[in-house]
Amino acid sequence: MRNLRRQLLAGPYILWMAGFILLPTLMILYYAFTTTSGHFSLLNVSSITFSVHLKSLVLSLKLALACTLICLALSYPLAMILNKLKSKSQGLIVFIFILPMWMNFMLRILAWRMLLSNNGVINSLLGILGLPGLDILNTPKAVVFCMVYDFLPFMVLPIYNAMARIQKDVIEAAKDLGAGNVTIFFKIIVPLTMSGVISGIIMVFVPALTSFAVSDLLGGGKVLLIGNVIEQAFMQEYNWNLGSGLSVVLMVFVIASMALMNARGDEGGGTFT
Amino acid sequence: MRKTLLLILGILAMSGLSAGCGKDSPNTLTVLNYGKYIESEVLDMFEEETGIKVEYEEYITPENMYTKYKAGAIDYDLICTSDYMIEKLISEGEVLEMDYSHIPLSENLDKAYFDFSKSFDPQNKYTLPYFFGTVGILYNKEMVDESKAASWDVLWDKEYAGKIIMADSVRDSFMVAQKRLGYSLNITDDGQLREAQNLLIEQKPLVYSYLVDEAQDEMIAENAAMAVVYSGEAGLALEYNDKLAFSVPKEGSNMWIDSWFMPKSAKHIENAEKFLNFLCRKDIARLNFDYVYYATPNNRVKESLDKKLQENTTVFPPTETLENCEVFKSLDDEATMRYNLYWKEIKSAD
Repeated sequence: MRNLRRQLLAGPYILWMAGFILLPTLMILYYAFTTTSGHFSLLNVSSITFSVHLKSLVLSLKLALACTLICLALSYPLAMILNKLKSKSQGLIVFIFILPMWMNFMLRILAWRMLLSNNGVINSLLGILGLPGLDILNTPKAVVFCMVYDFLPFMVLPIYNAMARIQKDVIEAAKDLGAGNVTIFFKIIVPLTMSGVISGIIMVFVPALTSFAVSDLLGGGKVLLIGNVIEQAFMQEYNWNLGSGLSVVLMVFVIASMALMNARGDEGGGTFT
Repeated sequence: MRKTLLLILGILAMSGLSAGCGKDSPNTLTVLNYGKYIESEVLDMFEEETGIKVEYEEYITPENMYTKYKAGAIDYDLICTSDYMIEKLISEGEVLEMDYSHIPLSENLDKAYFDFSKSFDPQNKYTLPYFFGTVGILYNKEMVDESKAASWDVLWDKEYAGKIIMADSVRDSFMVAQKRLGYSLNITDDGQLREAQNLLIEQKPLVYSYLVDEAQDEMIAENAAMAVVYSGEAGLALEYNDKLAFSVPKEGSNMWIDSWFMPKSAKHIENAEKFLNFLCRKDIARLNFDYVYYATPNNRVKESLDKKLQENTTVFPPTETLENCEVFKSLDDEATMRYNLYWKEIKSAD
């Protein structure tokens, strides 16, 4: 009896998964392995080897990697600083980090477009100060910049959480045993925050890899990521089979990166905090 | 486990049923149109006057429209799109015949444009012209010399590197290269197409961005020196910034007509006819003209404009310009695939 009631409670969630995750995935798989006339074919998936598609996949991987590394480099010190602050100001700063997420993601990208444009706010200010203009709009740099801006909170928060959970006693014990700051950092803080770092990496790398809206709006149509190729296949070419085929390839990359990270994460405890 | 499965199936079946008998209220009209292509007030006025609820949707390029329509998720009653895409849909048997006697105000439209429409609707059976125009270069007079802007060559001029906006639409971009090479804009020959592609790849490092609807805003903000735009957008941009000017290059260009048609999915034909008739009414067509600013085929509206605007060659392309222009024809599947692939290669080139 209790079992049934529990299952009923999970009902909405199972329904949600079936309707919005499982079913679409099955449809993508169906389209990916058939031709427009419905025959089995591997052509859609193997078309990833077309130079055009391969090039955009490599570019996506590169930009996503750059974005993840920059986010990590910014977030780790930040989480350490946050952790050192009084608890009252900690809450405030975390709040400031989450604040931009209250605004729609598209609007924020569009705002960056305005800010970065040739006669935009940033370039006007630089001009007044007599500095050379910033010419990054419509280049991969602008895309990485905006992805970092968008995904930074997803890196900061898990690392910060992991760091906040480290007991002060552990560090004091290490000091008692004569460990220096460097040793404490590498032997205690880094291993204990690894789970946060790994979930941060997944939460930044995966959306960055599959993103297409940022490159569309800030790349000026010149930065063709694999996400854009897929979008174009669906929306422009009316070739759902090709779009699905490439999506499947992308999914393999996403799953592989998550599996890799999870395997690493197991050494240091649970992945998702 | 089996219980859970049954539960899922049950709920799925229920949701399927409710979707099936969902909204099909008789007094609605589902319209699909280009972005920024109607004065929104017009929709409110139509709803108020007729009590018909308008469900209005927008798209960016004709190819997007085709996908939205073909996906079949929404039964559109009325769609507005460009010549070659209508031709494609007619050839696929997706378009319903129009009964012009139910749209009495279509008399306001100049017969000349029904003749133009024959290039894609040979018997004038399926479409009602909405706006027409050309494609040309919108440029900033302070940055670009008028004599230079008279040729497509200016879009390859290294002097303007990083200040050129190209069209983010397959056929419009290829058209520029094809006309510069002196080819027809409907070529399917692979060699010629490759030539045009190479030209566009060569141009890419000079391009600031590829845009459609936003090109006009970027030019008004003076973020670029020139942009490939539709004539009406240029007309509107000129109103906002008087440093801007428009030219249709001497090598020729594309003349397009955007028309309304009723797709096979139409469920509310009577409402669609009422809407079309409403759009042809003088005051309504004028409101739309003032907002969209493309050349209108509506004689009553053109007469009502002041002399200066009637003679504005940006908004109303003169006959000699139109004679130098070509209309897009629909391409077969193989050629379309080739255009799409080559376009993708341009977009991914360094």
